[in-house]
Parts: sequence; C-alpha cells; structure tokens
Amino acid sequence: MNPFLAAAVFIILAPVVGILITGLDRILTARMQGRVGPPVLQPWYDIRKLIQKKQVAVWGAQSFFIFCYLIFIIFTGALFFAGGDILLVIFAFTLAHVFLVLGAYVSFSPYAHIGAERELIQLMAVEPMIIIAAIGLYQVNDSFLIGEMADHPGMPILLLPGVFLGFIYILTFKLRKSPFDLATSHHAHQELVKGSTTEFSGRTLAMVELAHIYELVVMLGFIWLFFGANLILCALAIVVIMFLEILVDNCTSRVRWQDAMISAWFVTLVAGAGNIFALSIM
Amino acid sequence: MLSNVRYMELLIFLILFPLLIAGLITLIHGENFRRGAVICGAVLVGIASLFALMGSVTSHPIFYSVPVGIIGILIFIGDIAISGYIIFVSTKARQYLVTAITIIQLILLCAVEYLALSDHATIPELFLDQLSGIMAAIIGIIGGLICVYALGYMREYHTEHPERPDKRPQFFGIMFLFLSAMFGVVFSNNLLWLFFFWEITTLCSYLLIRYPETDEAIKNAFRALLFNLVGGACIPIAFIVIFLSHGSDLIGLHELVVAGPGIALIPAGLIGIAGLAKSAQFPFSSWLVGAMVAPTPVSALLHSSTMVKAGVYIIARFAPVFEGQLIGILIALIGGVTFLAASAIAISQSNAKKVLAYSTIANLGLIVACCGVGTAEALWAAILLIIFHAIAKSLLFLSVGTVEHQIHSRDIEDMTGLVTKMPRITMIILIGIAGMFLAPFGMLISKWASLHAFVESVPPFGILLVIIIAYGSGITAFFWAKWMGKLIAVGEPQQKDESHIPKSEKNILYILSALTIGVCFGFPIISWYLIEPWLQNIYQSVTELISLSNIEIMFMMLFLVLIMPFSLARFSRSASRVPRYLCGIPESRSTEFIGSCGITREIELSNYYLDKIFGEERLSRISVGIGIFLIVLILNIIIVGGGL
Amino acid sequence: MSYLQKSPWIIHYDASSCNGCDIEVLACLTPLYDVERFGILNTGNPKHADIFVITGGVNEINKEVVKNIYDQMPHPKVVVAVGICACSGGVFKECYNISGGVATVIPVDIYVPGCAARPESIIDGIVQALSILEQKRNSMKTGVEGTA
Ligand code: SF4
Repeated sequence: MNPFLAAAVFIILAPVVGILITGLDRILTARMQGRVGPPVLQPWYDIRKLIQKKQVAVWGAQSFFIFCYLIFIIFTGALFFAGGDILLVIFAFTLAHVFLVLGAYVSFSPYAHIGAERELIQLMAVEPMIIIAAIGLYQVNDSFLIGEMADHPGMPILLLPGVFLGFIYILTFKLRKSPFDLATSHHAHQELVKGSTTEFSGRTLAMVELAHIYELVVMLGFIWLFFGANLILCALAIVVIMFLEILVDNCTSRVRWQDAMISAWFVTLVAGAGNIFALSIM
Repeated sequence: MLSNVRYMELLIFLILFPLLIAGLITLIHGENFRRGAVICGAVLVGIASLFALMGSVTSHPIFYSVPVGIIGILIFIGDIAISGYIIFVSTKARQYLVTAITIIQLILLCAVEYLALSDHATIPELFLDQLSGIMAAIIGIIGGLICVYALGYMREYHTEHPERPDKRPQFFGIMFLFLSAMFGVVFSNNLLWLFFFWEITTLCSYLLIRYPETDEAIKNAFRALLFNLVGGACIPIAFIVIFLSHGSDLIGLHELVVAGPGIALIPAGLIGIAGLAKSAQFPFSSWLVGAMVAPTPVSALLHSSTMVKAGVYIIARFAPVFEGQLIGILIALIGGVTFLAASAIAISQSNAKKVLAYSTIANLGLIVACCGVGTAEALWAAILLIIFHAIAKSLLFLSVGTVEHQIHSRDIEDMTGLVTKMPRITMIILIGIAGMFLAPFGMLISKWASLHAFVESVPPFGILLVIIIAYGSGITAFFWAKWMGKLIAVGEPQQKDESHIPKSEKNILYILSALTIGVCFGFPIISWYLIEPWLQNIYQSVTELISLSNIEIMFMMLFLVLIMPFSLARFSRSASRVPRYLCGIPESRSTEFIGSCGITREIELSNYYLDKIFGEERLSRISVGIGIFLIVLILNIIIVGGGL
Repeated sequence: MSYLQKSPWIIHYDASSCNGCDIEVLACLTPLYDVERFGILNTGNPKHADIFVITGGVNEINKEVVKNIYDQMPHPKVVVAVGICACSGGVFKECYNISGGVATVIPVDIYVPGCAARPESIIDGIVQALSILEQKRNSMKTGVEGTA
C-alpha cells in the first residue's frame, strides 16, 4: 500500500478500532465482575462528552503538552503503518510520552507529580524491551523497515518466542493495566486519585483518552509484526492476548514500582535479550 | 580554495596564534585589555578553524612536513619541562604517586628519544583531513564561544567567592594555551608531537581544576592528573614498541593506521588505553566527576566538549585497526559498560553539574563503543555523536552556570519553576536537554545510527552492545525528563527576572542553542561533505549510511517540534485557571494549603532519585571493577600479542 | 440526547454522613445495580467529574472542602444531595457544628431523600440530574453560565 494512504487509513480507522476494543474491554471486565457493563461505544461517548465540557487547568501550558502528546502518538502510529523505520517509531513513541509526563509535571500538583514520576519509571521499565523487540524483528527480517517486516511470509514469532513473551509482559504497562498501572489507572478512586491525569479536564482529558486509544492500536501493531503476513493467526493472538491482559487486570492488585521495574528489566534480560543473543550466535 | 601551502600556514596559525593570545593575556593585566584580547582571539580562532573545516572538504588528506629540524628537539625539551613541572608540584603537595608515574614516563620518553635519534624518520608532521577539520571547528568555535562566555562568568565568580584568589590573567592564558594544544592534537600526524600536545592538555586540565585553590579542588586536580598520567604513560610504551619492531617510519598516525591491524594493533591498543583515561571511561571515570569543582566554563570546554573528546578522537583514529579485533571489542565493551553505568548513576544525582558530568561520561562511552566496533557505520555514528554532544553539552553546562549565579545553587530541586523566573534561559536549557535525548535532535539520530551499526557487527558482541543501549536509553530518558519536569513545574509564578545576566553570557547561549538546532538540520550536509568522504578514504567502499527517506522523516519531526511553540499561545488562553486538586483542601496561596489543626503548609514536591537501586557508590564500585577487569584483559592481550 | 447524558462521571463526597448513605451510593456500583450500564463512573476527582454526589449535612470544618470540590469541577456540573442529612441536615440538623444541608454551602440541583437513601432512588436522582446537566450545557452554549 502507498505509505501516505496507509498513514491516512491509520489516522482515520485507528480510533474506530481502538474504541471498539476498549469498549469490549470494559464489557468483558464488567462480565468478569458479574456486571453487565456499558455499551460498546462508551469510550466514544466519554470522549465526546469531555470535549463538551468547559476547559479548566492549573496552568494553560498543560493542554499544550498534552496536545503534543496526542500529535506525536498519532505521528508514531502513522509512521508505523506507513512502514517506516521501526527504531524511529520507537523514538517518536518515547518523545510522545515525555510530553505526557511534562504535561503532568507542569501543574505542580502532588498527585500529578507522583503520577509523572511513575510514568517515567514505566517508560524506563518498558523501553529496553521495545528496543530489543525491534532488534529481534530486524534479525529475522534483515530490515528495520516495518513495511518489509509486515510482508514476512513466515512467522517471526517462531524465532522470537522469548522476545514475544517479554513484549507481552511489558504490554501490561503500556495498556495501563493492573498490576502495572502505576501512574494512572482505568479504575477509579485510589490513593493517587488519577495520578498523572489528575489535573487534566475537558478537552485536554479527551486528548489523553484519544491518545491512549491510538497507542493501543500501535501496540497491537507491534504484535502483528510477530506474525508477519499471517493475519488470521495474528487476529487470533490479539484476541487471546487481550483476554489474558483483562483477566490479569481483574485478578491482580497494583505492585510497588520497584517490583514492576525490576521484574520488567529481568524479564527483558532473560527472555528478550537472551533470545536475540541466541539468534546472533546462530 | 586556498592552495595546500596556505592551508598548512593556517594549521600553524591555529596552533601558534592562541599561544600568542595566551602570552599576551598572562603578561598584560587589565580587564579591558583582556576583554578585547579574548574576544579578538576567539573570533579569529573561530574564523580560522572554519577555514580549516572548509579546507578539509577535499577528498584526500593534506600532509605537510615542517621544514625546521630543530622543532623535534624543542618538543622533547617541552616534554621534559612538563614532566619537571609536574614532578615539582606533586612533590610539593606530597602526591608521590603522581611523581613516581611522571618519572617513569620521563624515563620511557628518554628511551623513545634515544631510539628516535638513532633512527631519524622523515614523515609529515602535520596533516588535515575531514575528521581533523571537524574537530578543529568544534575546538575553534565552541572553544571561542566558551572563552567569551567566561569573561562575564569569571567576573561574577569572583564577586561571589571573594575568598578565592583572583588569577584571571592566568586563567584566560591557560584557556588559550589549551586551545592551542588541542589544535596541536588534532593536526599532528607525528605521534611524538601528538603526545606533546596531549600532555599539555593534561597539564591545563590540572591547572584549571585547581583554580579555586580549595582543598577539594587541589585533591581533585591531582586525581585528574594521576589518572591522565597513568593513561598517558601507555603512549611512550607504544612508541617504544613501534620503534623496536618496525622502525621510525610508522611513528606517523596515518602511516600506522594504513599499516593495518597486524602491525598497528598493539600500539593502537596502548594508545587506546590512554584515550580511555582521557575520555574518563570506567575505571578512570572518577576524575571527571571530581573535575566539576572547576569554574563552569572549564567544565564546558575541557570536560565535556573538547579535551575529553581528544580521548575518543584518538580511538576513532585507530578504529579501522580495531575493527573486528578482540582488543577493539574489549574497548567497545568498556565504552558500553561506561554508558550504562554512568547513565544509571546520573539518576541518583540532584546536583546539576554532576548529572551533566555523568551524562558526559556516558556519551563518551557510547562514542568509544562505536569506535571500538570500528565499522564504517559505527564510526559514522561516533563522529556525529562527537559533534552533537560537543554543542549540546557545552550549551547545558553554560546555561547551568548562568542559572547557578542567579539562584546561587546548582541543585536541580532548586530549579523548580525556573520557567517563570527565567523563561529564556529555561527555554535554552530545555533545548539543550532535548538535544541530549529526544527525537528528532542530534544525539538521538546518532543513537539510532549506532543501533543500526551494532546489530550487524562482530556477532555476538554487537548484540551485547545493542542490549546495553536498549537499557541505557530508557535510563537516559528518565533522568533527563525528570529534570525537564522540574524546570517547568510551576508552583507559584515568580517574578520574571533575567536582567542580571551579563549580555555576553546570554548572547553566547543564544548562539549555542541556534547551533544545537542548526546541526540537526545540517547533519545530512555534514554527513555528505565531511563524514562520508572521510570514511570513503579509510574504508574505500562505503554504502549509503543514512537513506533518504529517514532524513525526510527526521525533518518532519523536527518541523513538528518547531511549530509546536506557536500553538502554545492558543492553549494558554483557552483554559480558565482552577487551583490544583489537594483532596478538597483549599489553597490559601498558590503553593500553600491549610493542613490539619489549621496549620498552613507549603507544598513540597521533589523528584525520584531511586538511590537504593542507582546509588552512586554502589554502581561505581561495580563498574570500576568491570572496567579494571577489561583493561587488564586488554593489557594481557597486548603482552601476549607482543610476545608472539 | 447529548453525549453528556451518556457518560456522566460522578465524584462522591462524604460531608459528615453517618456512612449509611455512603454504603448505599457504593452499592450502586455493585453487580446488583451496576450503574456503569449508563456510562456512570466514579472518578474520585472533581476535575473529571460531572455530577457531585454528596452525603451528610456538611459541618463547619468541611464546608470549605465542599466548596473547593464544587469549584474545581468544570462546567456544566450538577449537585445531587443524597440522604435526608444532605437535603436538610436530617437528625443532625440541630447539632452545634452542622450547617444543615448541602444547599447552605453550594447550590443543589437534585434532592434524594431517605435515611438511608435507597440505591434505586439514588440512581433515579442521578438520572434526573442528567436532564439538568443537559439544560446547563445548553445555557452554557448560549453564553449564560450555569448556576455557579
Ligand atoms: S440520611 Fe440517614 S443514613 Fe444517610 S447520612 Fe443521614 S443519618 Fe446517615
């Protein structure tokens, strides 16, 4: 596909897919708790509602940083689906998150501040694994271009089982799911209030939500790369993985940041780094 | 285009002219004269170094023999004088370890000279190629800017510390002497010359670190001297090896590299160790952290943008020799370990200068890793790193120096909400920090390139380095981002007050931030006209290192970042202000709230330093251990290799 | 029906209730009543919330807190007073430190009486609050601020 077309398709379709997945996620979560749950389109209603609210902020700069966050998440995704260089995608991704963190810092609010610090810890915890995943995919495909990775006829996952496992582990951080929802959480009412998003409201919060949705699609895109051209298997895997994530989310409680970070690094080292090291010897 | 002879005159001018300025400043006192001389000197040196850069844009290096035979003897005498001086000060300060090493070095040097006398070589002494050109431009332009900045800074420094002796004439004299020596290092082809200039830079660093004359400063100055001398002592040994095994024809840098790994590996390894010490890699790194007691312009010039780069410069020169060799891999591993450990330690630091110092060590580590791997792609990344790091880091050092004089603290915690007090300076620091770790700025481009380079080279060690970078980049993001956060976290807006900052300081900061952004736009040009031709010369065939589409993407990102500030105004208007959420407790003033029992409390927020995990002492102990192990391994290989 | 009505987020505050009403408010979230069916979420953060669900009669100490939370909620917003204490002060009305009903501190839109208020009536109150939310939204659009 033409890269620009692919990027445009991503920008338009990702929210649809993301909202459906998030909506199903909420229903599934409710069912696991013996409830009925909201309509599938609930995330969409939430975002639309937030846009209708009046904008309040501690400092105006907050919304600026969050705007940058959204723009760069979209940019990351567009670059990804346009088939760009995977390392650049990762770096743009990091840049986007730094904007989110800065947005949280600006307000000088205790809850947002702790949220920002923890957001950074999460960033530090997942970054190695994401880069290692990119390198692993390079080793299999012999190219850093996502466009070429996507056409891989075989199944990269067969050569990268460790990398895949490690990636699933850090996916929990990225989806902000328990036990690694350190910075902010989908579940209400806790000691951090809403962590890094505490001081955002109205349109700004809507941008955060939208960015999370784009982010979800990008992360699922990464999973796709492990399956190359086998789209059906890939879809199946995504269903299974999302189900597991939701299950874990519902039956664990948040861990301390030390445990989260060290365990993520450990898994990265053993599963991820071990895997690519073995590949390079072969 | 000038003719070759003209270029050689230019090189000699660059080496001698700063020396002249240094002499004038030291001898003729008086603030106004000094001011004039420093500015003139800086401008002329800057322009001349640009000419040198332009001159290097030819496909082949230009060599030049200095026709005066006596200079060889003069350099030898100079070496002896430096050693003599060091012996003198170190015995006076009872630093006998330093004395001992200097004496050993002197003996080795006499041996070298003895061999050189019996076997007189005819090799060109000076040369100019693209790498020298780039280094010269860094030294000339950034060095010049820092010297001008130092004018205002040192005046404030002495008003702030009246108890410290005011030796500004000597200070500026040494700065210019240092510039001269650095030009010498990058233009020398004759290794004996190079060593002489190398020793002068060590001496300058020592003198400038002890400038405050406090006990701590003197102690740290000797530590810096000691580590650099230990490293430096390896160079004469390398000379002896060269003379004994291959004769004096190989005492030229170019000749040695061309001779190939079979012959050059052992001398290169020895000189590489000197480079590691100079660029503060583990296990030598502690001297650079100690060197932060020096006035900030010194830290900016010597300890981040130029002198420590001499270390990586020399390793980069020998990179083709190291390619695929065990010694090269070990050097790369030292660089990798240093990158990881120093970044991790930076997390636990709240002193801004120490954060900068550790991040400098870390980045030098990355450069060393690239050079040790030694493939064309890795070297490409290394040179870009040298350029970007020199600019962004000196910008950061200088702006921290400026802030320090305004808020009287170098603690990052004290910089909370600096954006309201000094919006411009904060903007500059933010640019500097972004330049250090964020896409699409330079350092990140280089990191990206080095990942590309490592993944294919010397399996499986390349992958080891990749893993190290993967962890390191997460860590780097953590400590830079939290610093950025501190700067922009506004509790109560402070009165905007930037009027006390000297004009010269401000202007220099503007120029450097423009340069930081400028090289990001210009890096493809630098790559096409300077780095790629240079690599072409060394490796003969060079594949296209950075494909066009990636450049496009980078420009797109840069563009995005640059237009963002304009939308800032729009957003700050549209939101109405509501106090921060404190569980419903009202704020009595912007950062105060009424706590239990009606007591008014201040909100205090500080960053995470995670020192249980990233504590300085613990991590440095571990990494110094690893560093020593690797160095000993290198030495063993050299000894065994030499015996064979 | 606008999106405001499809996604009302609440903040629940206990202004010196006996905890009876609080239990009932939380009961609304349980599987039996499951208010998330209507998109209702308990955010615990005024800056995200649309509906302020408040129980208890407001005492002299937390008066400021109630005001502060109300002020930090972005427009449009509604207040639902749950339980007779919140409506009028209830059995505590005569207490030396009770100001007597939420309405003495902030404007209240919906009163849900009962001691304790039953979950059904709380849900009913919130659903009624939605139409007021909608009205406020319309008047906000036409330039008149909600009853702040
Ligand atoms: S209304 Fe009844 S149950 Fe509710 S807070 Fe008052 S006394 Fe308690």
